[in-house]
Amino acid sequence: MPLSRLSSPFLSGPSRVTLHMIQLLFALVPAVIALVYFFGPSVLITMTLAIVTALFTEAVMLKLRNRPLEPFLTDGSAVVTAVLLAIALPPLAPWWLTVIGIVFAIIFAKHLYGGLGYNPFNPAMVAYVLLLISFPLEMTTWLPVTELSTSPLGFSAAFQAIFTGQLSTGLGFDTISGATPLDAMKTQIGLSLHPSYISEQPLFGVLAGKGWESINLLFALGGAFLIYRRVISWHIPVAMLLGLFSISLVTWSVAPETTASPLFHLLSGGTMLGAFFIATDPVTAATTIKGRLVFGAGVGLLTYIIRVWGGYPDGVAFAVLIMNMLVPLIDYYTQPKVYGG
Amino acid sequence: MTKPLGSFPGGLVLDGQKKRSTHVSIRKTPLSKTLILPLQQHIGEASTPIVKVGDTVLKGQKIARAEGHVSVYLHAPSSGVITAIDDQAIPHPSGLSALCITIKTDSEDRWIDLQETPDFTRLSEHDIRHKIREAGIVGLGGAGFPSFIKLNPGVHHHVETLIINGVECEPYITCDDMIMRERADGILDGIEIMRYALRVQNCVIVIEDNKPEAISAMELALKRRQSQFQNTSIVIIPTRYPTGSEKQLIQVVTGKQVPSHGLPIDIGIVCHNVGTSYAIGRAIIHGEPLISRIVTVTGTDVKHAGNFETLLGTPMHELLSFCETQRETDEPFILGGPMMGYNLSGDHLPITKTANCILVGVDNAAPKREPLPCIRCGDCATACPVSLLPQQLYWYSRSKDLEKTREYNLFDCIECGCCSYVCPSEIPLVHYFRFAKTETMTQELETEKADTARLRHENRLERHEAEKKEKEERQRQRKLALAATKAAKEKAEAEKANASESSTDNQET
Amino acid sequence: MLTAILAITIMALIFGLLLGYASIRFKVEGDPIADQIDKLLPQTQCGQCSFPGCRPYSEAIANGEADINRCPPGGESTIQALADLLEVEAKPLDDECGVEKPKTLAVIVEDRCIGCTLCIQACPVDAILGAAKQMHTVIADECTGCELCVPPCPVDCIDMVETKLNPNTWRWPDPAHVNLTLEDQS
Repeated sequence: MPLSRLSSPFLSGPSRVTLHMIQLLFALVPAVIALVYFFGPSVLITMTLAIVTALFTEAVMLKLRNRPLEPFLTDGSAVVTAVLLAIALPPLAPWWLTVIGIVFAIIFAKHLYGGLGYNPFNPAMVAYVLLLISFPLEMTTWLPVTELSTSPLGFSAAFQAIFTGQLSTGLGFDTISGATPLDAMKTQIGLSLHPSYISEQPLFGVLAGKGWESINLLFALGGAFLIYRRVISWHIPVAMLLGLFSISLVTWSVAPETTASPLFHLLSGGTMLGAFFIATDPVTAATTIKGRLVFGAGVGLLTYIIRVWGGYPDGVAFAVLIMNMLVPLIDYYTQPKVYGG
Repeated sequence: MTKPLGSFPGGLVLDGQKKRSTHVSIRKTPLSKTLILPLQQHIGEASTPIVKVGDTVLKGQKIARAEGHVSVYLHAPSSGVITAIDDQAIPHPSGLSALCITIKTDSEDRWIDLQETPDFTRLSEHDIRHKIREAGIVGLGGAGFPSFIKLNPGVHHHVETLIINGVECEPYITCDDMIMRERADGILDGIEIMRYALRVQNCVIVIEDNKPEAISAMELALKRRQSQFQNTSIVIIPTRYPTGSEKQLIQVVTGKQVPSHGLPIDIGIVCHNVGTSYAIGRAIIHGEPLISRIVTVTGTDVKHAGNFETLLGTPMHELLSFCETQRETDEPFILGGPMMGYNLSGDHLPITKTANCILVGVDNAAPKREPLPCIRCGDCATACPVSLLPQQLYWYSRSKDLEKTREYNLFDCIECGCCSYVCPSEIPLVHYFRFAKTETMTQELETEKADTARLRHENRLERHEAEKKEKEERQRQRKLALAATKAAKEKAEAEKANASESSTDNQET
Repeated sequence: MLTAILAITIMALIFGLLLGYASIRFKVEGDPIADQIDKLLPQTQCGQCSFPGCRPYSEAIANGEADINRCPPGGESTIQALADLLEVEAKPLDDECGVEKPKTLAVIVEDRCIGCTLCIQACPVDAILGAAKQMHTVIADECTGCELCVPPCPVDCIDMVETKLNPNTWRWPDPAHVNLTLEDQS
């Protein structure tokens, strides 16, 4: 059996990039099922559209850059970007929103930096932020949870809404859309309502938004599976959640009338998705152990700051991108001490 | 029995594959017709031949002497005639040749007269070190550092512990395991001598827990000689790669780290391999120089795997055909273990002092694919036992930024291969680091040469300038002197003219 | 309005002072550029660049009088290093200066040497040992392979010999350029 390497080691462990990606997708399944249960099947449509667009764009870019399609097309990274973006987008996101987002993510946030492994910014988050800033209306049009909805959308209705931009009833989206719990909490606190009073509203469940808390918990479950399988390490998720928890605990104990509880923050919006699936993206996160703790804590803190004092209801995407920018600095100052040094 | 005091970060738990080659005892390789002995089988200066073509030599006769301090002697492994002293292919990843002495054996295997010393305490420590050097003994764990140097504490150091390395952490290799099972007494002989030379009482024999037979054999031998080995104990450590590496071993056994750019002796520790101990015992007590070693031949393509006492200089293909392998002629095999060995091809490559294992075929071989780009997962840094950042070293080696690789402690890398093993993109990290290391060393050499050339050139220009100035000065002086003599002459003539005028004047009156 | 102008002016002054302080306090003492260039050249002192040595060539580059691609002993790696230092484009070696050759050393064939010292006078780094009517020999460690000794020799007794590769100075091939599979290695 001829040897395939010029230099030792001649053995290779079982870890592979494609395997990491597949396990990641597998870990997302419970939460996606919950998403469908609470918000209807539109997320699946968006996801399919995103995956197809992503693979197509990736193939085109690989051809333009004279790179072989195999193994880059099948390494799973484009699919993961597509799935994460689809989950982050609102349920009724028009098809062109998804397509623009994905194309921008794959071309500008990934391939123009050199492709897999070379991008400094998380592509899914770059796309999300681009869409959020360029199309604020479409990006903030959320559906209420199915049980609270006056007219929940079935599969064909969702399909029609996404691809034609029109509801079957001919009415506009604002007749069926509603604010997210994070959004509601923020605006109503701004109107001087007490958070515990706000939490009594039907939009809210036990600890956080109805539906949202279950989805977040399932994301956390998927994340725990990834940590167990050593696809990601515990440092970033734990640091992020602790960071978010600590700052919100401090403000909540100081001013409980104007801040939501720490648990609310942990189980709302994109917290768990961000902690376990987005901030842990190996290409754009810090690499040293101490660096990861700093990175995670930074994401947590910034998320809270943007949520409470910033202009957007959820700050995960911005927080991740800002910390991505700081990664080289963090890595430089958190080098481990070498043996004997 | 004592417990290990520390551990190191990272490392791997690998499938040992030891059972393939440990179910038979050590066998002797049949005598080869030709023995090829490279003059450099150790770290340091190559030895210099002291025989010439046509000389008849006896088994154990010196055929090359040490050159410089970091060097040892070389001996004929069997009796015969020297047929050549020329360049032959050596077991080196470059595939290059180097000077070797070739012996055609006469199948009589006659020993030279040996000088036995049953009571080595009659010898001084210095004599013992000298004898070990003369016996050509080097570290048999694979590195080949002249052992006599590591038995000299020097005036500034005090040795607190002697560590005997029976760890053998790399998969497939079992020569140390077998020598501990079958020749425990011989190893203890060597340990006694080393303790004497180092003036140290405390000794620790470290064995991995996947070698229960070796542990019992060593325990039994120690028990029998309890009176002599009161401060010697066996430490059993959990099987983990690369615990056998000297620095990691010290960290596991003592909890201390060898300082960067320092040596184990700086913290009062000396390490020697079990095979080296055995060889030292044979050399001092029985007078036998190092002329053979135990080689493991194993792998998925080997029919009769096992351990073989092989004479140095035996061509490897003979050993391989003795074990019956599914290997074609000149097909590459691994010399050493699967994590740190070299892949070589060439049937006539000889067994040297550092050849501990020949591997033909491995399980979980690294695949043939092109590596994917680095996804910056950081698994390599988690696995590194030296706490380096292989990822950063990779980026800088790849872009040939050699200064930055120095900053990130490239030369502290022990090339264990843990990082490459765990990489999900299958990047050959160790190859990049080896490349960066040789590039750095070449660059340093070239810079040194260029600096010397520049200096010599500048000195030469200065010298020419100085000569030119001297010449001009001399010319100037000569001109001045010439002008002075001319002036003096003119003055003398003028005076003479004056004098004669006044005398004629005087005459007229 | 006035407060705005005042505020901006004061800020500008503060930042200006800060920058000025930083430019003095953190000033990097660098080599003059000619020294940095000279450090990159191989010091063969052969004159193939049409300058009488490496130092004059480096000064010419620093003055902009010479291009960076005139050094055959330095080869592609030196051109690339100079390009990186001066932040210009690397270009291929100028043909009229010579070609990149493997490193050679001068060896005097002692049977033919007549002891004329012409080669000794020609060597730019004093690497030839000898005196009038005495045997001349090249000190191998000091020879840079510049070949300046070859033309002056009246009996043509100097050979340029390629240096042999030695396992101790062998370099691992660049993994990025080498095909990883052994069967393609020939």
